[in-house]
Amino acid sequence: MKKTGAIWASEFVHNFRGNISAMIGSVIILFFIFIVAFGPSLVRQNPYDIASLQLIDAYKPPVWLPDGDPNYILGTDGQGRDVLASIVYGTRISLFIGLTAMICSSLIGSALGLIAGYYGGRLDGVIMRIADVQLSFPSILIALFLMSAFGKGIDNILISLTCVGWVIYARTVRGSTLSEKQKEYVQAAKAAGLPNRLIIVRHILPNVLTPLIVVGTIQIGTFILIEASLSFLGVGVPITKPSLGLLVKNGFDVLLSGLWWTSVFPGAFIMLLVFGINLLGDFLRDELNPRLK
Amino acid sequence: MTDKLLSIRGLKIYFHTFAGVIKAVDGVDFSVDEGEILGVVGESGCGKSVVGFSIMGLTEPPGRIETGEIRFNGVNLPDLDERRMRKIRGKEIAMVFQDPMTSLNPLYTIQDQMEEVMKLHGDMTAEQRKNRCIELLTEVGISQPQTRLKNYPHQFSGGMRQRVIVAIALASNPKLVIADEPTTALDVTIQSQILKLMKRLVKEHRTAMILITHDLAVVSEMTDKIMVMYCGRIVEKGTRDDIINRCRHPYTIGLLGSIPKLASRQNRLFQIPGMVPNIMNLPPGCSFAPRCDYAKDRCRTVHPELADIEPGHETACYYPVER
Amino acid sequence: MISYLVKRVFQMVVVLWVVSIIVFTMMSFTGDPTYMMVPLDATEDEIANARMLLGLDKPYIVQYGIFLKNIIRGDFGRSFVFRQPALGLIMERMPATVEMVLAAMTLSLLLAIPLGVFAGAYPQKKTSRGIMAGSLLGISLPNFWVGMMLIFVLAVRFNILPSSGRGDTVRMMGVNLSIITADGFQHIILPAVTLCFATLAMLLRITRAGMMEVMKQDFIKFARAKGATFRSVLFKHALKNVLIPVVTIFGLQLGDLIGFATITEYIFAWPGMGKLLIDSIYMGDRPVIVVYLMFVAFLFVIINFAVDVIYTLIDPRIKLR
Repeated sequence: MKKTGAIWASEFVHNFRGNISAMIGSVIILFFIFIVAFGPSLVRQNPYDIASLQLIDAYKPPVWLPDGDPNYILGTDGQGRDVLASIVYGTRISLFIGLTAMICSSLIGSALGLIAGYYGGRLDGVIMRIADVQLSFPSILIALFLMSAFGKGIDNILISLTCVGWVIYARTVRGSTLSEKQKEYVQAAKAAGLPNRLIIVRHILPNVLTPLIVVGTIQIGTFILIEASLSFLGVGVPITKPSLGLLVKNGFDVLLSGLWWTSVFPGAFIMLLVFGINLLGDFLRDELNPRLK
Repeated sequence: MTDKLLSIRGLKIYFHTFAGVIKAVDGVDFSVDEGEILGVVGESGCGKSVVGFSIMGLTEPPGRIETGEIRFNGVNLPDLDERRMRKIRGKEIAMVFQDPMTSLNPLYTIQDQMEEVMKLHGDMTAEQRKNRCIELLTEVGISQPQTRLKNYPHQFSGGMRQRVIVAIALASNPKLVIADEPTTALDVTIQSQILKLMKRLVKEHRTAMILITHDLAVVSEMTDKIMVMYCGRIVEKGTRDDIINRCRHPYTIGLLGSIPKLASRQNRLFQIPGMVPNIMNLPPGCSFAPRCDYAKDRCRTVHPELADIEPGHETACYYPVER
Repeated sequence: MISYLVKRVFQMVVVLWVVSIIVFTMMSFTGDPTYMMVPLDATEDEIANARMLLGLDKPYIVQYGIFLKNIIRGDFGRSFVFRQPALGLIMERMPATVEMVLAAMTLSLLLAIPLGVFAGAYPQKKTSRGIMAGSLLGISLPNFWVGMMLIFVLAVRFNILPSSGRGDTVRMMGVNLSIITADGFQHIILPAVTLCFATLAMLLRITRAGMMEVMKQDFIKFARAKGATFRSVLFKHALKNVLIPVVTIFGLQLGDLIGFATITEYIFAWPGMGKLLIDSIYMGDRPVIVVYLMFVAFLFVIINFAVDVIYTLIDPRIKLR
């Protein structure tokens, strides 16, 4: 029984409302969007403004512990920086990197996949070979290797992540393209004399979007984790622009002395952010996957 | 009280989906005697497979037996708990599925899958089981059974796989076999082989069979009784002779007329006009009325119940076609 | 069979060759290592001399040719930092890494498969939903942070387990194993647990997804029609079919495992290849980085090959071709 568009849309909303995970995921993501947009104006301190730091406030514990200071709810680090403020600014960087890298790799990967699937032949073979070889290596190692060669920096991270992330888009899009290519409406367009690029963009692309949405959503989370790992190892973001991962690294050095809040809280925020993204991504995957229905 | 092997009364099976309630089976009564072959005929979606699965207790959610009785040897099957139902499945009632390509687990040998039924329902030694397998394979016409036992399903052709499935179904000498479109997925030449095989075996072992199919031609060869379903209800039932030679319901007549006859000359294939209605949006009155040449006002308002035309031959129609 | 082996070996060699090119090219971007080899007060002439001795003044193609020739002979050069053959350094530390990775692998498998089967067979139950939410959390965790948390809670606060390092080893079959000693076992728990999280979560999800798909198949219904118990349907009929996608993913996950092992080793100061790699990256010790990458590449082609062989053992329809 074919579902009409209206039934499908209302079923989607119904399932969304009934699905606790999806709701929680959305709440989390909205929370983070809020942080990114309004955070800096809400926290009193700009942790990168050296003038605003008070060394005397270094290593204050969170407010609920003895010695805590209500000015610094989550405590401070070794330079008197408010942990909460650092997290707010760090989240912006982490999220920026994750989002931008996802957009770049999805664009490049999809383009390659479309080309490979549509034109086939040698081009297809070469692109897919590279993809296959690359897929058998762990992304983290490839990224680590690239960053160690390029050096620290946000643009280098974006390049490395794109190099790592394009493959899944290429494969997915190529698969969809191959199956769409056989369909009649494409043959008809060709018979009507439509140039190839128009066929690709107008006809094939819209049908390929659904799996891309799912993959893209989840990849944002993956990229945030990879960037965090790279920064933790010291080959990621520069010290001037600390992402959440770098914050954890700074906290690691003092963890064994019992000063836990500088690393636990940033890490918890990473986890929360990625968790929210994955919840939503999971829900999208189940909803948009025709096979499980 | 006649002791029928299987007796179904007032069976209703509804599917509660998001888009609405699907009345897949809406009030069905029939019975099967020992050793009898009943054909259940109808187009896709008329509910015939759903009936078959419900007898086995394999109705999948969101489907549910709303009301009705399924009495097998006097016991109402839906009342049984899963444990007791399991004892019946494969032993008293067996099933043959439509697609032999997917009915067998690709990762286990034929021997494994045949012996599974025996292990579940009996105490035979390994030696006895193996011999029984060979015996069964020979009965269904598979040559070199000793070597073929060790093969995997993908090493068999479609027709041979279906023979194996028939063998599995008959392994425990069940009282009733439900065959759901057993030949639809097979080549035409193989179809008649399998059907002949099944008929011979059930007659030999006095097994009853419910043969579910959309193909009236199949049913006209094999069966003792026939029942025709449309949109979840029975529209006509009777003996084979009744239905094939003296059918009265316009739908049945349409179905019979649609069979291409190779021997006689036909100018064009007869087709029942119109389409099967949307199962969630059935018209009031007789479900077939929109497509019926003979429909009158009464047909469109109140749904007709089954009524006798001659002894043993019933039809659900206000104006059964005259012969 | 032989032709298949030959083909595979040829493919593996090609892949390794391509990797060597990439590795070599990328490493050339990391700057001039001559400065690491000469004392701080070396003169311009001495530096130029050193560069010539190292062969760094030759064109890239020639340098690559020398590089390739050497690695075929097993000579990956000497570590800039340790002054020892780079290959030897990696080999020395390999058993430690393998031990930790295997421990994590086993842990993941033992937990993931039963949980995944359960969650896939009864997807609607509250417990199953809980398991799935947990697994989602598992793949959202930053691996390094989990390690840190475990260290903090179990080692620093409660002092139950050691916070770093590898325990006492015992020599068995030519390698040093630590997991069989009591001290060694204590030391390996935290790293193995940290490492297993992500793989456990992934495997669990794949098993569950696979189960849900397989349960819809006709042969499952047919097995039920034979009167099979639900448990036998799950573990006999369904599970074997689920193993096929699980083995695929597991092969890929093994790669991620080895990748994340580097981070775990770094956090726990576990003396394996990964820690060596991180240290080498910091110190610009090129030969070691090169060896590590080539070795890991080599491992992966072997793993891929092993996965393909395992397929044929599970699924009789697949032949080695």
